[in-house]
Order: sequence, then C-alpha cells, then structure tokens
Amino acid sequence: MAEKAAAASGPRPVVPYLKIPGVGDPYLEGQQCGKCQAILLKQAGVCPSCGARGSLSAKRLSNRGELYVYSIVYRSFPGIQTPYVSAIVDLEGGGTVKGNLIGIEPDPEKIKMGMPIEVVYEKAPQRDAEGNEYLTYYFQPRS
Amino acid sequence: MSDVYIAGIDMIKFGRYPDRSVPSLGAEAALLALDDAGMKIQDMEALYCGNLMQAAAMVGQRILQEIGMTGIPVTNSANACATGATALRGAWTAIKAGVHDVVLVVGVEQLGRAGLLGGGGGGGGIPTEGLLGSGLMPAVFAEAGMEHTRKYGTSFAQFAKVAVKNHQHSTKNPKAMYQKETPLEEVMGAEMISYPNTKLMCSVNVDGAAAAVLVSERKARQLGMRRCVKIAASVLTTDPYTPRDLVMPDVNTCTRLAAKQAYEQAGIGPDDVNLVELHDCFATAEILHYENLGLCGDGEAGKLIDEGDVWHGGRVPVNVSGGLLSKGHPLGATGVANVYEVATHLRGEAGARQVEGAKVGLTHVIGLGSCCGIHVLEKVS
Repeated sequence: MAEKAAAASGPRPVVPYLKIPGVGDPYLEGQQCGKCQAILLKQAGVCPSCGARGSLSAKRLSNRGELYVYSIVYRSFPGIQTPYVSAIVDLEGGGTVKGNLIGIEPDPEKIKMGMPIEVVYEKAPQRDAEGNEYLTYYFQPRS
Repeated sequence: MSDVYIAGIDMIKFGRYPDRSVPSLGAEAALLALDDAGMKIQDMEALYCGNLMQAAAMVGQRILQEIGMTGIPVTNSANACATGATALRGAWTAIKAGVHDVVLVVGVEQLGRAGLLGGGGGGGGIPTEGLLGSGLMPAVFAEAGMEHTRKYGTSFAQFAKVAVKNHQHSTKNPKAMYQKETPLEEVMGAEMISYPNTKLMCSVNVDGAAAAVLVSERKARQLGMRRCVKIAASVLTTDPYTPRDLVMPDVNTCTRLAAKQAYEQAGIGPDDVNLVELHDCFATAEILHYENLGLCGDGEAGKLIDEGDVWHGGRVPVNVSGGLLSKGHPLGATGVANVYEVATHLRGEAGARQVEGAKVGLTHVIGLGSCCGIHVLEKVS
C-alpha cells in the first residue's frame, strides 16, 4: 500500500504505454496478439493486423533496440526547443517506438541508422496546467 | 458498367486569397469546369465536394448557394490530403453504378499560411511533440525518406533534386503558386525544416480549388467526345497493417496496392504511362513513389532523378505542373487539380509545358492516416 501511494503521488506516465510499477523500474508495455504476434502500443479489443478478437495481452517491451530511422527537426511549434532528433526505434524482441534520441550530436554524420539504442526514463522538463510532473522516455546510444 | 469520362475540368490559380471564402473559391472553379464542359448547373445531377478544414460545414451546399441551388444530392467528403481524389472517385462510382450520367466534382481548400501541419498528441497530460519525437509532417516524411536512405543509400542531394525539378517545371505553369527556379545549392542551403527536408523541399500551404464534370459514356457520346478524357482507373486504398505503420506511417504499401489495382483496372503497365502527377508533399516522398508506382525498380529511384527520366522531356515526366512543392498543396483541391493537369496534357492543351504525344497519365495522392488515391486517364482517340 505504501508503495502504491508513493507511485500515485510521483510523476505520471507521459503516455499510457509507459508503465510505472509500485516497485521496480519503469518500462514500456505493448500489447501482443496471440494469433498473429503483432505488437501494438495501445490496448485494443480487436487486433488491427489480423482482426482476431480478445487476442491481445500485455507484453513488457525491451529497453534495448536499434535505431531504424530518424529526422533532425529544426522547425517546430513555438516554444519547443530545437533541434531535436525524432527517432523510430525497433526494440529487441519486437515493438517499434518513436521518441527523442539524446546523447548524440544532431548531425547526420554522427547518427547511424542501425546503431544500438537503449531506452532511458527521466522526468519530463514540462508540467501540465495543474503542475503535475510526468515521467518520459528517451533513446540514447548504447555501446 | 459505363465508362466514365471527364467532359470539363479546370482549376483556379493556386495562391493566397485571404479575402475570399472557401465556397467562393470552390464556386469559381465549378463555374470554370461547367464552362469548359459547355454545360450549366441545371445539367448536373449530383455534386461531390472535397474539403478538409471545413469538413463539418456543408461546403458543397454553400458552393451551390453561389452557383445555383438546384436541389441535387451533395456528398461532402474529407480524407486528409486525398480528399479531392476521394470526391472525384465518389462521382466516378455513382456514374459507374448507373445512378447518374452527369456529376460535378469540386475540391477546395483555404489553407493560407497554415504553418506546420500534424504534430499535437492525444489529449490530456503534456504535449508530446518534441518530447517523444515528432508528428509534424516534415519530420514524418523525412523519416519515410530516411528509410529509403537506409535501404539504398539515397542522398540528401538526390532528395533535393526533386525540388529543383519541380520548381523548374512550375516556371511553365501560370496556375502554380510559384514560378521560380531553385538551383540545387539553393535548395540544399535553404532553411532546414526537418532533415533531410529543407524549406524548398516542403509543399506550399496555399488556397486553391479545382473542379470537374464527369459524365457517362452515353453522355460523352452525346457531347461528341471531342475534348473528353477517359478515366481508365479510379482506385482508393487504405494502409493495410504493416508492423511499424501505427508508429511510423507507411505510405508505401497503400500506394503499391493502389498502383497494382489501377494498372489492372486500366489494363496497362507502368511503361505505358506518359506523365505522372504524384504526391510530392515533401521531396523525400516523391522518391519513394517512383518505386511505389513502378516507374522504376526498387532501389532505382535515386538513379531516376539523377539521370533525368522524370524531368520534362524525360522518359516519364513527373509533376510537370510543379507539383505540390511549387504549384502548391491546397489539401482538398489537390486530388482534382492533379487530374486537371494530366487531362490538359492528354487534350494537348498544356501550352509551354505540354508533354508531347501524351496518351496515358496517372495521378496519385496520399492522405496521411492513411489512404492512397490513384486515377489513370486516357486520351480519347
């Protein structure tokens, strides 16, 4: 109970597929179809890949993966700090996730598609209108 | 089922019309198309209207308020950047089904200086743009292009050449937003929006409208067929499930599916196509669609732009109108305006930018989210 209360008062997950357990480290959770093995980042009653009903169940996703593709974003909405690297990462064991790639210069000469990546969790720099804090994830190069 | 023909088609010059309304822009294009067909609003049996930004605001009916309220059925459609093609296909379907013989199609959009499209995030919490990557269109299509780079080594310069080509093409199109050549150094040196797309590699937000009168074969014969253009294929697909699609929109698979169906429906192959207007919302996207539409083999798109095949005068000219990069991209109008472009060449009326001897042309649009619309047009011999 004490841990649950602590989690409830801590930062909230930035997206529903980021899980913050009462005990242990945060992680990303997908939904995997038992029929076709497709992995989604959201709950669904029906699998969008094969149409099976009630076939999806939670699957803890790996914190390791590789950079599939990226773009370096220089022009964004007002108030958003640029540049940032928008990255698509394929996780080990399945699942594809989009996020910011940090810990590397935003330079096409430095960023290599296929490079090993790890998922790290940090408090987001911004709060919501009520002042609530959020836990987010980033990708960073893994040696 | 009846074949379907274009009896009249036209577009307004794409640009910025801040003092006009969406219906007035649509009405202007509709009147131009009626004049081109030599018909009156009283001859129209239905209206299919495409508009995205005012999708809930009865744009088709408001157009009729400006050109004639005749009581005909109006279908307003919205399908992201495939909105115009979706309206056109609605009209095509109605004629195919034998419900109507003469149908008006209008695609219209007033985007103004809309700025960046996309991004956002789903309600509640904090905004995820710039925190969890980007959902902005320049980034989404940059990432799609980088997939091609990853597979085939396509370079920034090769993507940039698409913009050089389309901006050069637009210098011969008086209805394009811009008519200005942009050398490669200028394209590559322009403000980087989302690597590898610079500002000159992003389509232009503009206002615009295009309209067409579609008719059945019976009606086309009554009209004497003279300036009619046959719609040899009309196809609309959505994105079938692919593993990364829900995180990184897949514009390739739905285009390949649509292209296959379109070539089958028209009874032709990619080698029979004399010109293509494809969805160059960003320069990176055009490269992908050379292969998706079968204009070259997989991995050969870079070579295609390098060797000039897709330039005016090349083997299969692509976006001789200037494309969305230079003509402009008024979302709901785009999928009718590209049909106007191809039809104009098939009629031999494209003036300085005429693709000589054009008999078959293809139009392609992508609506992100996603869908693909393709029309194949044939000259009536």
